Amino acid sequence: MNNAQLIAVLASIVLQASPLIIAVCGEILTERSGVVNLSLDGTMLMAAMTGFVVGMLTNNVWAGFAVGALVGAIFASIVAFGSIRLNQSQVAIGFVLTLLGDDLSAFLGQNYTRMKGVTVPHYGIPILKDIPVIGPIFFNQDIVVYFAMFLIVGTWWWLNKTQPGLKLRGSGERPTAAFARGVDVNRLRYVYTILGGALVGIAGAAYSLDVKIGWSDGHIRGMGWIALAIVIFGGWSPIRGAFGALLFGATKALATILQRAFPEVSVVAFNSIPWLLMILVLLAVGSDYTERGIKAMPKSWQQPLRRVLRVSPPMALGTPFKEG
Amino acid sequence: MTEAQTSDRSWLIRLWPLVPIVAALIVTSALLMLFDASPAVAYRAMWDGAFGGQDKFLSVLAFWVPLLLASAGLVVTFTAGLWNIGIEGQIILGAIGASWVALNVTGPAWVLIPLEIGAAMLGGALWAALSAVLKTRGKVNEIFSGLALNNLAIILTNYLISGPWQPPEGGSFRGTTPFQSAALLPRLFESRFSPLSLILAFAAVIAVYYVLRGTTWGLKLKALGKNPYSAYLLGVSSERETILAMMFCGALAGLGGAVRVLSWFDSLRQSISGGIGFLALLVVMLAAYRILWVPIIALFFSIVLNGSITLQLKTQLHSALGGILTGLMVLFVLLFGSAKQLGIGGKPGTAAGVPDVMPDELPAGEIPPELMASSYPEVDVEAIHE
Repeated sequence: MNNAQLIAVLASIVLQASPLIIAVCGEILTERSGVVNLSLDGTMLMAAMTGFVVGMLTNNVWAGFAVGALVGAIFASIVAFGSIRLNQSQVAIGFVLTLLGDDLSAFLGQNYTRMKGVTVPHYGIPILKDIPVIGPIFFNQDIVVYFAMFLIVGTWWWLNKTQPGLKLRGSGERPTAAFARGVDVNRLRYVYTILGGALVGIAGAAYSLDVKIGWSDGHIRGMGWIALAIVIFGGWSPIRGAFGALLFGATKALATILQRAFPEVSVVAFNSIPWLLMILVLLAVGSDYTERGIKAMPKSWQQPLRRVLRVSPPMALGTPFKEG
Repeated sequence: MTEAQTSDRSWLIRLWPLVPIVAALIVTSALLMLFDASPAVAYRAMWDGAFGGQDKFLSVLAFWVPLLLASAGLVVTFTAGLWNIGIEGQIILGAIGASWVALNVTGPAWVLIPLEIGAAMLGGALWAALSAVLKTRGKVNEIFSGLALNNLAIILTNYLISGPWQPPEGGSFRGTTPFQSAALLPRLFESRFSPLSLILAFAAVIAVYYVLRGTTWGLKLKALGKNPYSAYLLGVSSERETILAMMFCGALAGLGGAVRVLSWFDSLRQSISGGIGFLALLVVMLAAYRILWVPIIALFFSIVLNGSITLQLKTQLHSALGGILTGLMVLFVLLFGSAKQLGIGGKPGTAAGVPDVMPDELPAGEIPPELMASSYPEVDVEAIHE
C-alpha cells in the first residue's frame, strides 16, 4: 500500500467514525446528567429514515438534518418524561423505543428504499487542507466531519470548563448536593436528555445523508448499540469516546483490508469483529481482573495505567431524583 | 375527596387499563391512513390472517409456543433484576443445538426428539451463562454482552448455513437441507403446529410459576431483584443466582429455538429466531413481569404478528405494522398504564380492587452494584418475603 492509499484509508476512517462521534457526544451529555437514553439504535434508524426522506423531498440536505434532530429530540423527550415525571424505568422505555424506532422506520420508510437523494457536499477547508498528511485526512472532508470535531472539543469544554457544565456533572454525580446548591436537577436532566437526543438524531441523519447514503430496512441497525458501548468504553469523556469511535472505524477498515488480502478466510470471521471487540473492551474497562493486572505492575505505572484502562460511570446514572 | 367523588371516578379507574390499548390502536390507525389504507380493511386483513381458516390459526399457535417459552424464561431473569436482552441469541443457540443433533444423529423419533431438546436447552443455557459470567466476573452489563452475543449467534448461523451445514446442491445462504422426518416434532394436520411443543411450553409456564411461588430459590431471586444489597446481607449469592437464573431462562429460550427448527421450519434458517426474543421482552413487560399474564399476552402478540404477515401479503403494507402496534401498547402502558401514576383517581388505594397495570418498582437490575453499595439502603425483609 502506498502513502496516498494509506491517507485515503485514514480519511475514510475519520468519515466513518464521525456520525458515531456525534451520537457518542450526545449520549455523553445525557448520561453525565444522570439519564440513560437506551433508545439510540431505534432513534438513529428513525432519524436516518426521516432525514433521508425529508432531504430528498425538499431537495435540501439541511432540512434533512433538522428533521433528524427533531426526531431524536422527540424520542429523547419520551425517555425523559417517562423516567423523570412518571418515574418509570429508563431501561424499559429506552428498550421499547429501540424496537419501536426500528419498526416505525421500516414501515414509514417502505416507499423510499433504495432511492437517490441529496448528499452532504464535500468541503475542503482552505489552507488547512493543504497541510501534508493531516490536511487530507482531517480537513478535506464533509461538514459532518467538522461538526464531529467541533463537538468533541465543544462537549469537553462545556463539561469541564464552564459553570453550566459543572451543574450538569453535579446532577449526574451527586444530585442531592447539586439540588442543595440551587441546581434544578430534573430540569437540567430534561434539557440534556433532549439536547443529547437531538445530537443522536443528527448522527442518524449523518449516516443516511453522508456516510452510508440512502435508506433501506434496518439501514444502520446496530450502530446505536455500538455508540452506547463506546460511551462506556470512553469513560463518559468526549475525547476518549471519539478515540473509541475512531478505533472502531479503524478496526472495521482493517477488517475490510484483511478480507481483501485473505479471501479464503470466511467472511464470518470479519463480521464478528465489532461484536467481539464490544465484549472485549467492556471487559477490559470493567473487570476486576484488569485491576488485578494493574496491581501487579510497578508502582509508578499503576496510576497512568488505571487512567487509561479503568472507567467509572457518573454516580447517579440511571437513578431518579426526587426533590426534598 | 368525598365518597361520592371517589365512586364517580371509579369507572374511569376501572377502564383505565384499556386507555393505552385504545391509544395504540388509534396511533396505528393514523399511520395506516397516512398510507391511504383503511384501518378497518387492514385490521380485518390481520384478523383474517390469524383466524381465517384452520391453517392460519394453527400458525398462530405454532408461533405462540416459542414466544411463550422465551417469555416464561424472561419472567425468571426479570425477577432477578436482569435485563436478558441476549435471549435472541439463546433462542438461536437452541436452534443450532437441535439442528446439530438432527443433522448428525440417526435413530427413531423417540430417541432423536429428547436428544434434540436436550441439546437445544444446553445450547441456550450455555450461551446465557456466558452473558451471566461476563456480568458477575467481568462487570460487563448483561444488556451489552447479550446484544453482542445475539449478533455473534446470527453470524454463527450464517456461517453454518453457508459452510459446514450447507446443502449439497450449493450454498443458497437460506438454510440447511430439510431434516430427516424422524427428527421433526409431530405436527398437526400438516401445519407448523406441534401439540407436543405446546404441552412443553405449558409445563414451562407452570414450572416458572412454581419456582417463583413455592421455592427458596424463587425467594432468593426476588430478593436479588428487589434489593441486591439486602439480598447480600441475607446471604444470597448474587453470582450463583445470576448465573442460574440466566441459565434457566436460556434453557427455555433454547427449547423455543428447537421448536422453531423442528416444527415451524424443518431446517436451520438464516433468521431462525424471527425476533421472538425481543418480542418476548415486550410480552413480559406488558404482563408486568407476572407469569400468569404471560400466556394470554403472548397469544395476543402471536395473533397480531401473524396477522401483519397476511396484511403484507394482501395489501403490500410493511409487516412491521404488527411490531408497531405491540410496541406502542407496551410504551403507552409504561407511560400511562396506571391511572394512579398520572394523579387521576386521587390517592393510591381509591383504586381498590383494580390491580395496577404496572408494579410500583421495576427490576432494579439497571442500578450498578457500586451505587447499591454507596447508598446503603435499609434492609427491607418484608418486601423480600412478599
